[in-house]
Amino acid sequence: MNIAPLLEIEQLHAGVAGKEILRGLDLQIYPGEIHALMGPNGSGKSTLSNVLMGHPAYEVTHGTIRFLGRNLLELPPEERARAGLFLAFQYPVAIPGVTVARFMKAAVEAVRGREQVRAAALLHEMRETARWLEMEESFLNRAINEGFSGGEKKRMEIFQMLLLRPRLIVLDETDSGLDVDALKIVARGVHRALGPDTGVLLITHYERILNHIPPHKVHILLEGRIVKSGGPELVAEIERRGYDWLRESAAATS
Amino acid sequence: MADLPLDNKLLQEYAHGFVTPVEEELVPPGLNEDIVRTISRKKGEPDWLLEFRLKALRAWQRKTEPHWAAVDYPPIDYQSIRYYAAPRRLSAGEGMDPEILRTFERLGIPLHEQQRLQGVAIDAVFDSVSVATTHQKILEEHGIIFCSFSEAVRRVPELVRQYLGSVVPPGDNFFAALNSAVFSDGSFCYVPPGVRCPLELSTYFRINAAGIGQFERTLVIADRDSYVSYLEGCTAPIRDENQLHAAVVELVALEGATIKYSTVQNWYPGDEQGRGGIYNFVTKRGECRGARSRISWTQVEVGSAITWKYPSCVLRGDDSVGEFYSVAFTNKRMQADTGTKMIHIGRRTRSTIVSKGISAGESRNTYRSLVKFLPGADYARNHSQCDSLLVGNRCTANTFPVIESENPTAILEHEATTSRISEEQLFYLQSRGLDPEAARSLIVNGFCREVFQQLPMEFAVEAVKLLEIKMEGSIG
Repeated sequence: MNIAPLLEIEQLHAGVAGKEILRGLDLQIYPGEIHALMGPNGSGKSTLSNVLMGHPAYEVTHGTIRFLGRNLLELPPEERARAGLFLAFQYPVAIPGVTVARFMKAAVEAVRGREQVRAAALLHEMRETARWLEMEESFLNRAINEGFSGGEKKRMEIFQMLLLRPRLIVLDETDSGLDVDALKIVARGVHRALGPDTGVLLITHYERILNHIPPHKVHILLEGRIVKSGGPELVAEIERRGYDWLRESAAATS
Repeated sequence: MADLPLDNKLLQEYAHGFVTPVEEELVPPGLNEDIVRTISRKKGEPDWLLEFRLKALRAWQRKTEPHWAAVDYPPIDYQSIRYYAAPRRLSAGEGMDPEILRTFERLGIPLHEQQRLQGVAIDAVFDSVSVATTHQKILEEHGIIFCSFSEAVRRVPELVRQYLGSVVPPGDNFFAALNSAVFSDGSFCYVPPGVRCPLELSTYFRINAAGIGQFERTLVIADRDSYVSYLEGCTAPIRDENQLHAAVVELVALEGATIKYSTVQNWYPGDEQGRGGIYNFVTKRGECRGARSRISWTQVEVGSAITWKYPSCVLRGDDSVGEFYSVAFTNKRMQADTGTKMIHIGRRTRSTIVSKGISAGESRNTYRSLVKFLPGADYARNHSQCDSLLVGNRCTANTFPVIESENPTAILEHEATTSRISEEQLFYLQSRGLDPEAARSLIVNGFCREVFQQLPMEFAVEAVKLLEIKMEGSIG
C-alpha cells in the first residue's frame, strides 16, 4: 500500500539561543498512527514540539520537516495550525480578559474558515465539548488559563484540540502533573479526536499515559537523536531498565 | 520580543476623515470681547449668560496655558482660531442641510425619525451648533428635558442659570475659562425626581470646518433618585493643521441619583509624522451633591493628537460613589495625559479607578490621578488600579498617582502594573490559527475588558471593533 506520511522529519538539527539541541532527528508518522516519543529531561523533547509549531525563539539549522507534503518550516505558526497541526502545550499561558468562548470562536474561524462557522452552532459545539470533558459551563466565560488549576489547563488544551479537529496532534507532556481521573479524561479526548486520517505524537517521559493511549510505535530520544525505535514493548523495557543502557549504545554508534 | 517592522506597515487610515461640503457662517478669527458679544448675540442670549461669558473671558485673559502635562506641542495661536462656525441654512432658519444628514448617516448616526437608533436619543452637534435631537416625544412623556444647550437657555433658563458653572466655575482652569467664554452649543439634560430615563442619551460631536475650534458645553442634572446613562461620541475630518477642542462637561447628581457618562473619543489623531490631529483639552467634572448619589465615568480614548482630560468626581454627599473606568490607546505620535480626580468630602464616600493605558508606535501615554480625602471624609475609601500595556519599544507609558489624605480613617488601595504583550502569549494564539495582528488585538481587548464591561452593550461592541481597527498596523 502506498500512503503518504502525515509528518516526515529528516536529519533535523535545531536549537535555541545558539545551542544545538536536536542533532539529526528522523521521524515519520503515517495517518492513523500513534507514536510515543520518550526521553529523559534535556533530551530535546520540548525543543521538537516547539520547532514543529514554529516558536520564534527556536532555530532550525539543518534538515527538513514536511507536513502533508508541505514544507512546514516555511509556514508561520498560524498557517501550521490552519494546515492541521495541533500542539497541546506543556505550560499553556494565561491571557487575561480574553474569554475561552471568544478565543475559540476566533481560532475555529481561522482554522476552519470563517464562512464555515455559524456562531450558534459553534456555541452549541463548545458547550457540548466542555460538558463531555466534565468542565463547568462557566468555563467558556473564564479568561484563558487565568487561575486555572493544572488539570483545568490540560483539559483546556484538549478542549481546543477537539474543536480545531487537527490532522496531527502533538501532546507535549500533557500527562505531567495530572491525577488519574484527569488523565483518563485527556485520554478520552485524544481517542475522540483520533480517526483514520489523524496521527498522534505523544511526548512524555512516563509510561503512565501510554497505558491509556497505547502507541503503535515508540521512539527513544537521547541527546537530540532517536536512538531506538520499536513497538509498545519498548515502554516496558524503559520502565525496567531506564535510559542509561541506551546512552551507552548511542555513544557507541556516534 | 522580536521587533516586527512597524515602518513597513501601512498604518490604519482614519475612516471618519471626510469633509462635508456645507456653507458655513463663520465669525472672524481671534478672541476678544467683541467676538464673545457677537457669539452671544447670534444666539440671542439673555444678559446673565453674556455676563457669564465675559467674566470667563477676563479670567482666561489673566491665565496662562498650563504646561504641567506630559505632552509637547507648538504654541497655540489663540488669535488665529475661529470661535464660531454654523451651517448657514440652519442659522437662516431653512431647516437642516441634507449634506449634514448624510454626514451623520455616514458616521452611523441616522437623524431621520424613521431610521433613528433604537433605544438611544441623540443630540447631534456639527461644528458649533446642535443640528438635531431625536426621540423628543418619548422623553417629554417622562418629563425629561434633553435638548441642545441653546434651546435649554430658551426653554428652561432658570435651570441652566442655577447649574451652569456650579461644578466647573468659569475661571476653573485655562481651557475651561476659554470654553466658558466662547462655548457655542452642546447638550443639556435634566431628569426629574424619581425618573429612570428609558433611553440612552447620546451626544455626537462632529468637527467639520477648517480652522475652527469646537467648544461645546454639556450639562447633565439628575434630580433626586433619578437615573440616566449618557453617551458621547466624537469624530473630525483629516486635516494637516491641528484643531482645538476644549469642551466642558458638568454633571450634577442630587440625592440618590445616578449618572453614567460614557465616552468613545475618536477624533482624528494626526498622521505618522505627527501632522494634524485634534488637541483635545477637556474639563469634565461631576458632583455627587446629594447623599447616596453616584457618578460613573467610562471613557474609551482612541483618537486625538493630544488628550488632556481628567474626568473627576466631587463626592460631597455622604455615602456617594464615584467611578472612573478608562481605556486610553495611543499610537503613531499621539500623546495622551489622562486620568481622574476623586475628591472625597462626605462621609463613607467611595471611589473606584480602573485605568488601562495602551501605548503603541512612538506615542506617549500618561496616567495622572489625584485621590483626596478631606477632613470630613470619615471612613471614605478608594480603590485604584492602573495598568499599562506597551506594544513595541518606541512608546512610553507614565503613571503619576497622587494621594492626599487629611482623614486618618480613610482607606486607600492602589495597584499598578506595566507589561508588554509576551512572545509566549502571541505564540500560543498563533498556534491556534490566529495571525499576529488578530492575536495582539485579542490580547489588548482582553486587557481592556473590565472597562468595556462598563459600557452599554452596543457601545461596548463598537469600542471592541474600534480598538481592533486602531490596533491594525500598530505592531512594533
